[in-house]
Amino acid sequence: MSTTSQNVKVKTINALLTQNHEFKRNEGIPFDSSYFENIKINRSAVERRAATLPGRRSVKKEWQAAWLLKAISCIDLTTLSGDDTPGNVERLCSKALHPIRPDIEKALGIEDVHLTTGAVCVYHNLIPTAEKALRGSSLPIAAVSTGFPAGQIDLDIKIQEIKKSVAAGAKEIDIVISRTLVLTNQWEALYNEIKMCRAACGEAHMKTILATGEIPTYTQVAKASMVAMMAGSDFIKTSTGKESVNATIPVSLVMVRAIREYQALTGYKVGYKPAGGISKAKDALNWLILIKEELGDDWLTPELFRFGASSLLSDIERQLEHFVTGRYSAYYRHPMS
Amino acid sequence: MKVKDIYLNMTYGPAPESQNEAIEYLNSHQKRFQLFIDGKWQAPLSKKFFETKNPSNKKVLAEISDANAEDVDKAVKAAQKAQKSWAALSGHERARYLYALARQIQKHSRLFAVLESMDNGKPIRETRDIDIPLVARHFYYHAGWAQLMDSSMKDYAPIGVVGQIIPWNFPLLMLSWKIAPALAMGNTVVLKPAEFTSLTALLFADICAKVGLPNGVVNVVTGFGHTGAALVSHPEVKKIAFTGSTEVGKIIRKATAGSGKKLSLELGGKSPFIVFEDADLDSVVEGIVDAIWFNQGQVCCAGSRLLVQESVAETLYAKIKNRMETLRVGDSLDKNIDIGAIVDEVQVNTIDGYVQLGIKEGNQVWQPSWECPKDGYFYPPTLFTNVGTSSTIAREEIFGPVLVAMTFRSHSEAVKLANNTRYGLACSLWTENINLALDIAPQIKAGTVWVNCSNIFDAGSGFGGYRESGYGREGGHEGLYEYVKSKAVSSWSDQPKTQKLEKQKSISKTPRIDIDRTAKLFIGGKQARPDGGYSLTIVDQYNERLGEVGKGNRKDIRNAVEAAHNGAQWKNMTGHARAQVMYYIAENLSARSEEFAKRIAEQTNVNIAQASLEVEKSIERIYYYAAMCDKYDGKVHSTTQRFVTLAMNEPVGVMAVICPNEMPLLGFVSSVFPALAMGNTVIAVPSETSPLSATDFYQIFETSDVPSGSVNIVTGLKGELAKELAKHDDVDGIWYWGTAEGSTEIESLSVDNLKRTWVNYGKYPDWFDDFQGQGYEFLRKAVEVKNIWVPYGA
Repeated sequence: MSTTSQNVKVKTINALLTQNHEFKRNEGIPFDSSYFENIKINRSAVERRAATLPGRRSVKKEWQAAWLLKAISCIDLTTLSGDDTPGNVERLCSKALHPIRPDIEKALGIEDVHLTTGAVCVYHNLIPTAEKALRGSSLPIAAVSTGFPAGQIDLDIKIQEIKKSVAAGAKEIDIVISRTLVLTNQWEALYNEIKMCRAACGEAHMKTILATGEIPTYTQVAKASMVAMMAGSDFIKTSTGKESVNATIPVSLVMVRAIREYQALTGYKVGYKPAGGISKAKDALNWLILIKEELGDDWLTPELFRFGASSLLSDIERQLEHFVTGRYSAYYRHPMS
Repeated sequence: MKVKDIYLNMTYGPAPESQNEAIEYLNSHQKRFQLFIDGKWQAPLSKKFFETKNPSNKKVLAEISDANAEDVDKAVKAAQKAQKSWAALSGHERARYLYALARQIQKHSRLFAVLESMDNGKPIRETRDIDIPLVARHFYYHAGWAQLMDSSMKDYAPIGVVGQIIPWNFPLLMLSWKIAPALAMGNTVVLKPAEFTSLTALLFADICAKVGLPNGVVNVVTGFGHTGAALVSHPEVKKIAFTGSTEVGKIIRKATAGSGKKLSLELGGKSPFIVFEDADLDSVVEGIVDAIWFNQGQVCCAGSRLLVQESVAETLYAKIKNRMETLRVGDSLDKNIDIGAIVDEVQVNTIDGYVQLGIKEGNQVWQPSWECPKDGYFYPPTLFTNVGTSSTIAREEIFGPVLVAMTFRSHSEAVKLANNTRYGLACSLWTENINLALDIAPQIKAGTVWVNCSNIFDAGSGFGGYRESGYGREGGHEGLYEYVKSKAVSSWSDQPKTQKLEKQKSISKTPRIDIDRTAKLFIGGKQARPDGGYSLTIVDQYNERLGEVGKGNRKDIRNAVEAAHNGAQWKNMTGHARAQVMYYIAENLSARSEEFAKRIAEQTNVNIAQASLEVEKSIERIYYYAAMCDKYDGKVHSTTQRFVTLAMNEPVGVMAVICPNEMPLLGFVSSVFPALAMGNTVIAVPSETSPLSATDFYQIFETSDVPSGSVNIVTGLKGELAKELAKHDDVDGIWYWGTAEGSTEIESLSVDNLKRTWVNYGKYPDWFDDFQGQGYEFLRKAVEVKNIWVPYGA
């Protein structure tokens, strides 16, 4: 309590704040439609909150540099293209292990942090390449799976694909959901599908991609988020990067609020991964602000937050060099991935 | 702090907005501001100055002039001198000036934002992203109205010199709400900013000089209450526009009563924020942040009373409490805060006084665990739950970051609680059910209803209050009328139109009948004996006795007002249905036109042909207002965000109509039917001298399917009855046609509940003349415009 009323005992909400940093993997809960059937999301209000959030918080100077480093630690450095070859995947892995130039690391005084990205993210067939390139490090490989990006294959093949990726060394599996099940309100079927995927993942962590650009309403996004968490997702993720609309702040607000709700209901902390179209350092800061404001500091860690991004790192590197030198930087000054 | 440490703990750091340019501006005036009068900076004749401070750090920013009555007089004279030529400019020429002001505000937007934030203590985010953009928008919007005045406001003229007194909570925004429409409509202004926050008004004065606004069109006199009082009482000021406390608003109403000064008051509020169980609760929480923690809660339309459906109350309270913990309070120029400084120590003490009282009254209070900074005037966000309706904090406007919450069980109880207040400025309601939203919105006594949002403003929408939140609208088409005078009303005469009287002996009386006809009162659809048991004798123009009418007294007025409140059926009928009833009235009157003509002739001694004309004109007038029932309707405003903004014309409510003495039938019809047409229920006091046409009308009402209580008629001594009606706190509006002295009395007695008044100041329309005796001005006075903001997007 502060200002002029020190003489009065006022209840504060310390008691409400959970300071539990212990990490407990989401095991999911039995399907129960009462957890989500009454969810209603007001698009206009969500968009208003999303629009004003970057105006309410701002990180400058040392804070900006530190927050950008945090963003790097949360990047799933990604390449998901038809023309991926072992060559460019090896280069990606090398960049993931050394995301910023040593001289910048030194100037920032963070050499002992041993900064890497959160993971690398590739197609299944390139797992062996990545595995080899990352050998000796603890940097996880994430593989996209289940008929990525459209998910229009039979469930048994999806399961098979997950198992093969895990066997090949993927520590994280990014699955796509069957959008059909969302669009036709088959929530229990969706739950069952995701639960089977989770079983197939075993020890590997599962990120469930909702492909929000293909879900027409925020209310359905929130319901799909809740179902994905109930089925045991370790992360929920916005997009494949292949839909016409990818990660946006408003849709992220809807999803992280679902995460908050799920934690309140079950105690499990589920991670969040926006992906697709995030390419500017400024955007990354806005996402971190969103997470800090809506979920709290506990989520500002690669265990619970990731960016799915390919070109974001390059922009961050330029901003960090600007912080160090005071001069605006150029892309070619930083090793490409 | 080291980068690595921040990386590990992920805190926010300082993010200050630069104040250099603002300081430079203050220095350009040597930190000592004179008065802006007649286009020049002039030393105050009072020779007095006072300090203005930055509430975030209590440091003095500058000294400003304390204008006295002589200074005000000088400013008013300058405005008066400038007004004729300003009004004589074409709308297009005035539009160019307003456009230039809008452009200049945009070009210097950051300077305005920083200066406002320093002077007031409000967060730079708000001045930068909300206040200043709205200011520029207001000038753009009204540049448009200046352009369109010649074609769109043909029946209206500028008023003259306007005195404007604005508050400290949105200093420049309130300036724009006042000055932009005033200038657009051809008036000149003398503006008095609030003593705590004059700086942006002074910067605006510099901008006026810069764009070459003609001298005297805008004058800024800084000072205290005495400066404002001098402005209010100045005889050459023809209109007062005031935004501030209800207390001061009432003082101004009283001071200007009978002066003929036009008055708009935008006063306090205790606005409800209603949460239904199907609302998006996480969004509701942010709506609450916008409602009560915007501008430190120092917002007249702040959603300060949270009404939440019992089934979701505990869930919502928990969410609010969590959110309160992440709010940040601090220096207004810090870009990392949600809540800035309270404007002054006085206000901090007021707020804390209410909070202490709320605790003493036994309400459950919550504040976040963090502490406010100590170097400025800060107050933490505060929530009271389970507050009783009788609690002081549930009834009084606190004007600070204090939210009081209570629960409701049903939709109808929500409405009752929402309306259980003397105020009526705004309401925010949250539900995902559009049927429910559009059912509740019209039932709330408030000038603005925000559905699933809060504190949204735009120049294109009118803003203003019901009840003791004041009257008049600012913004939108409806707001323009506060800055013009009706040419029709201006053309009213000093004397009622004289009609040629027949010689006494030639008058043919209604045939004598043996049964004594006694006109009683007409209350609740029934003829009722006057409570007092007295009658008044009615005579003709030659003092010959015609009969008696009941002498109504204050108990009859009480009964009539109650009956009018029970006449809700009329209000809830569609415009079409009301029109049907009114046409039926006309039909029945027509069938008895001969009898009514005779009665007119008998009372006024005009010849029968003239009396028949009055009946015919009355029928025509009823047709006119019947036609208007479903045509004087609202608008969908074109506001700047994704909203359907509905401007609905709602009836004022229960209206007293003190009819003119002249023209016993046409005067009665012309003054009562516009009020009825718009869905008001009416207590009419007919002509005192010639009431028999109105009492004859009872039978017309009785036979025309008029729901009981829609119209109630109390005969008697006009002055006495009018006084009771003006004083009655459950009467929402009063119209008066009578003497200048009577008009003064009505305005002065209506202060308590701030009922809407329309008086004739002893001027008389020619009721036979359509321009003077009917039209939009009558309808406009019979409605309140309510703006309902409905955002869309699924």
